Amino acid sequence: MDAVFLARLQFGLIAGFHFLFPPTTLGLSLIVVIVETLYLRTKNEAYKQLSAYLVKILGTVFVMGVATGISLEFAFGNNWAAYSRAVGDIFGAPLAAEAVFSFFLESVFLGILVFGRNRVSPKTYRLSAWLVFFGAHLSGLWILIANSWMQTPAGFHMEGGRAVLDSFWQAAFNPSTVVRYVHTILGGWITGALVAMAIAAWLLLKGKAVGKAALLMKAALAVFAAAAVLQLGSGHAHSVQVTRTQPEKMAAFEALWETRDGAPFTVFGIPDETNERTLLAIRIPKMLSLLVHFDPNGRVLGLSEFPKEDRPPVLLPFAGYHIMILLGLVFILMAAAGIRLLLKKRLTTSRGFLKLLLFAVPLPYLANETGWIAAEVGRQPWAVYKVLRTSEAVSAVVPAGNILFSIILFGVIYALIGAAGLGIILRTVRGGPGGEAADAAKGAA
Amino acid sequence: MENATFLQNAWFLLIGVLLAGYAVLDGFDLGVGVLFPFLAKTEEEKRTLIGAIGPVWDGNEVWLLAGGGALFAAFPMAYATVFSGFYLALMLVLFALILRAVSLEFRAHDPKRKGLWEAAFVGGSALPALLFGVALGNVVGGVPLDARTEFAGTFFTLLRPLPLAFGLLGLCAFLMHGAAYAALKSEGALYERARRTARTMAIAFAAAFALAFVAVLIYLPAAVRSAPAWVLSLVVWLSLVLFARSSKKGRDGRAFAFSSAAFLGLWGMIGAIQYPNLVRATAPELSLTIANASSSALTLKVMLIIALVGMPVVIGYTVFAYRVFKGKVRPGAEGY
Repeated sequence: MDAVFLARLQFGLIAGFHFLFPPTTLGLSLIVVIVETLYLRTKNEAYKQLSAYLVKILGTVFVMGVATGISLEFAFGNNWAAYSRAVGDIFGAPLAAEAVFSFFLESVFLGILVFGRNRVSPKTYRLSAWLVFFGAHLSGLWILIANSWMQTPAGFHMEGGRAVLDSFWQAAFNPSTVVRYVHTILGGWITGALVAMAIAAWLLLKGKAVGKAALLMKAALAVFAAAAVLQLGSGHAHSVQVTRTQPEKMAAFEALWETRDGAPFTVFGIPDETNERTLLAIRIPKMLSLLVHFDPNGRVLGLSEFPKEDRPPVLLPFAGYHIMILLGLVFILMAAAGIRLLLKKRLTTSRGFLKLLLFAVPLPYLANETGWIAAEVGRQPWAVYKVLRTSEAVSAVVPAGNILFSIILFGVIYALIGAAGLGIILRTVRGGPGGEAADAAKGAA
Repeated sequence: MENATFLQNAWFLLIGVLLAGYAVLDGFDLGVGVLFPFLAKTEEEKRTLIGAIGPVWDGNEVWLLAGGGALFAAFPMAYATVFSGFYLALMLVLFALILRAVSLEFRAHDPKRKGLWEAAFVGGSALPALLFGVALGNVVGGVPLDARTEFAGTFFTLLRPLPLAFGLLGLCAFLMHGAAYAALKSEGALYERARRTARTMAIAFAAAFALAFVAVLIYLPAAVRSAPAWVLSLVVWLSLVLFARSSKKGRDGRAFAFSSAAFLGLWGMIGAIQYPNLVRATAPELSLTIANASSSALTLKVMLIIALVGMPVVIGYTVFAYRVFKGKVRPGAEGY
């Protein structure tokens, strides 16, 4: 196994594992803000207990995000030293800005959310919830600025093999930043809202804290439905942007081997990269052209337009992209079913729907991960699109054996904290809202 | 050697400030982590120590992330060389920090594996508390770099006398600082134990400081020519003496301030010795300095604006949060 492959594998593992937590934080922090706001408006104690319950879960998720995020701040220097030297002039700034503007904010005010309920006024408490929400969303912006610059670099020139910044704003708000940001944030809202709905569903199925669970279900459904519908638009805009700025990536997403006027949308298929064909393909004629160009006869570039050494792999981007789209449609259907039940006043009693919500929890995570895999594998063979190849970005001095050793240890540690963290979250959920007194008694014993 | 610009100097200073913030803030919670099994004998005492750092450790650790991010942005050549060159050592630090980050939350909510998470907390604090000094000792004392400024040693290159002396000194500083903080936040038997430990650690600090001084004389003789370092060494000695006196009199707030001052004096000395180097090379002409390892002037300027806008706000709400959680910890009242 060569060092480039191992370095990619390691980064994929640690970033992919980390990416389970921030989207949850984005969505759950929004739900906490909503519940806290409702508490201050209505003075209904049920909202306060509900908020305390969600904050506990948010606290565990946040800590997991912190624990798995530390290594990413240093991963570029560890495994991608050549990358860091070549593009550090542009790429380092958003990482530093993320720490200065977001990590401090989130960490300090999450401390107040988790430990300070009785030490600050209800208004300061709500403000802290807002600041955690704001910090998490600002953090997402900075990291996606960095990621987007790798996809559609702008605002720089090359000088002796190094990128030199020309315009901070052009680099930060490069052609894919805004749409990628909206798309990722909505993915986080869908994730956090579905987690909250599943928690409510579990309480309802068990007949625990039914009133609070119903409040939570309605608040979370509102966020879920809005985000699921908006995601259709943002996903579409993102695809249009990819077609414009990284045509070979869209060709890989769609396994479009040859350039076509009136390109079809491939609903299903198994890309066969050696023979450049798609097996068992089910296609909708002219649909891809219509979607990305708003013109059924528009021209979409195929993979054959690009030299072989500049083409992304096809199988993973294709599979990731299609699974993500399928899941996006599933979320819209689930939201529609939920709203239908709400209008019929059966949202909290329909056991079938409640059970469906429990089983649906892994789906937004799958959508986030597959979308991310499609985006990043589709960027290959480039670390920075048309600027720096991934194979030229790794650390020259780190032997493959050392990377393998660290991959194994990351695997062991992440399996351990993943399992323990999940166990703790499930235990907290089972405790139900308003179970604080019982918990404290148990802890003191 | 090229002359360093104003922006390069400013960033040397700012990264120093960020890492000093890390040393003084996360320093005490790392110290509490290492001393945890020695200071806390009962479950209530354990909960007091955990309650003392629970609400703040995470924000404290961000100073390290900010320092690392700033190093990447301002001096990418140094960031790349150090983090790839010290790969295995830094992986150990990362694994320790990962386990430590979850340990308190998990200890509170996973009663069946309390012992495991306590061990993760203690070990996850001890390893970084030791290795940060070792890493610093290496970039200050000098490491073999090749013509492309890549690290040309191995894991064992890092374990030479000067870095080990720095590691020991760093550990003693973390322990003294942690014990001082524990005294500030506790009462009763735990308080007495923390205060006694803090004074013992002040003596250990003094001994390690003298040892590191000898190591610098032997391995980095040029450092004796730094006048600011001499002045700052007086600050360290004076702070240590005042620390011991305040601690003995039970003036714990003042003791903590002097412990911080000793740490900052030490940090300033290292900065004075190190300037303008970031990573000293065994062959001096290959050293990475603030002049040859930095980003472009525009990036440094943008980053300076970000820091000058962002950090005063950070300091403002950090002070606010510490005021919210000030005073002695009463275990069982809230949180963990």
